[in-house]
Amino acid sequence: MSGYAADVAALARKDLLLELRSRDTLPAMLLFVVSALTVFHFALPAGSSARAETGLLWIAIVFTALLGLGRAFSAEREQGALDGLVLAPCDRSVIWLGKTIGVTAFLVLAELVALPAFALFFHPLSWELLAAVALADVGIAAIGTLLAAMAAASRARELILPLMFLPLVIPVVIGGVGASVAANAGSFLGFLGLYDAVFAILCWASFEYVVTE
Amino acid sequence: MTASEKYVTAAYLVLLGAVLVYVLIIALKVGRLEQELADLTRTAKEKRGG
Amino acid sequence: MSTWSRNRNGRAGKAGTTSDVGVASERLAAVLAAAATGLLIGGLALAFFWAPEDADQGFSQKIFYIHVPIALTAYACFAFGAWKAVRLLWTGERRYDLESYTAIHMGVIFGLLTLVTGSIWAKVSWGQWWTWGERQLVLFLILFLFYSSYFMLRYSTDPGPRRERNSAVYALFGVVLIPVSFLAVRIAGTILHPTIFTHTGANLPGTMLVSFCVCLAGMLALAATLYHVELAGKRIDASLRELRELLA
Repeated sequence: MSGYAADVAALARKDLLLELRSRDTLPAMLLFVVSALTVFHFALPAGSSARAETGLLWIAIVFTALLGLGRAFSAEREQGALDGLVLAPCDRSVIWLGKTIGVTAFLVLAELVALPAFALFFHPLSWELLAAVALADVGIAAIGTLLAAMAAASRARELILPLMFLPLVIPVVIGGVGASVAANAGSFLGFLGLYDAVFAILCWASFEYVVTE
Repeated sequence: MTASEKYVTAAYLVLLGAVLVYVLIIALKVGRLEQELADLTRTAKEKRGG
Repeated sequence: MSTWSRNRNGRAGKAGTTSDVGVASERLAAVLAAAATGLLIGGLALAFFWAPEDADQGFSQKIFYIHVPIALTAYACFAFGAWKAVRLLWTGERRYDLESYTAIHMGVIFGLLTLVTGSIWAKVSWGQWWTWGERQLVLFLILFLFYSSYFMLRYSTDPGPRRERNSAVYALFGVVLIPVSFLAVRIAGTILHPTIFTHTGANLPGTMLVSFCVCLAGMLALAATLYHVELAGKRIDASLRELRELLA
């Protein structure tokens, strides 16, 4: 299996290096999430509960992820490189896994700024919330990557990606917010783990059908 | 009619309405398909004769 | 929900295996339509004339006899659509795309009807047109949004194998989303939106159960009939387009 893992690592590294050099997506995501948190402050009337603020954090994460996912395959599309990747003598699911790792990394980097900003603007974070964010990142990246590949075939890809993404991400939001505010976060974290496992397997297995001509 | 009965009737009417609207849409579609078939038959005849 | 049986009238293996819509297909449509009429009229007659009125909810409980069968039929349509999608991905035969699409279209129609009848039931039971505490309705809202995006995906993608495969994979995601969302809405109820409203009592008396089952069978037969009719229409449409291209 070392060939598979090596392919995945190569793809993930390529995406991260590209981003490091061009600095297209990540700065925008960082700025977006801090702007969103600022807007949320003004959107919450005085006396809003800490729970409402936590809920809005999750919204910020979901929409920042969407922003990043919109650009997930843009580099390949502009350079026509996706065909090259698909023709390469490797399992197509390698593309999905490599991309997903890349997207997860982007999300984590964005959250490294977003979470301290939230703690600064609103209220301190709990360990359960951090665990939930970590689990949610995996699920969001997994389905987001597959949906981005699907949207790439559409004429209205910027519109269709959020449309397909939002219903699928509702369970993640439920799990995340639940873990952040509930007395026993365990069941919510367990649910997030289950979501990740189920959808990651599904995405991994079906990616090849989405990306071949 | 009590309020309860009105709502129950409304729910059943929604179902009936939906099925009838569906029938209407299918009827319109069949009409369009017949029209298109007639057009194509005419085109085929012209090609044959002409 | 557990009364849902898998005895669906002729749903498996129907809708023409070859491109010529022949006599067998016609006869099947007639049988399904007759079954739907008989079962639905019979079931509703049983529901109104035979089954007793519910002690707690009164007459408004009668909505149950169409609302829940419609909901279960919607689930059945989505599952059927996902099955056809799997067949498409597995075999690559193009006819499965139309079949999957039609099944999901049926599912969305029944899903919308579920939301509307559920809303009416909520209004008469609790005085509000919408409540986040009714788990079935919330689940259907999520699914309705998901499968509506299915159509957006189809309309915005150019026809071809790419669209067929994307639609099929998306349909599969939908069917996986159903149990996941069900679980999610359930645990959400413990903390976010308290489930103080419930409709179905724990035990249904025998008369109610029988009436319900007949209505359910009738609703499934109705969906099967409409599916068959719509699929035939779509197939003819495709054939005519092909013919037009040949003649041009």
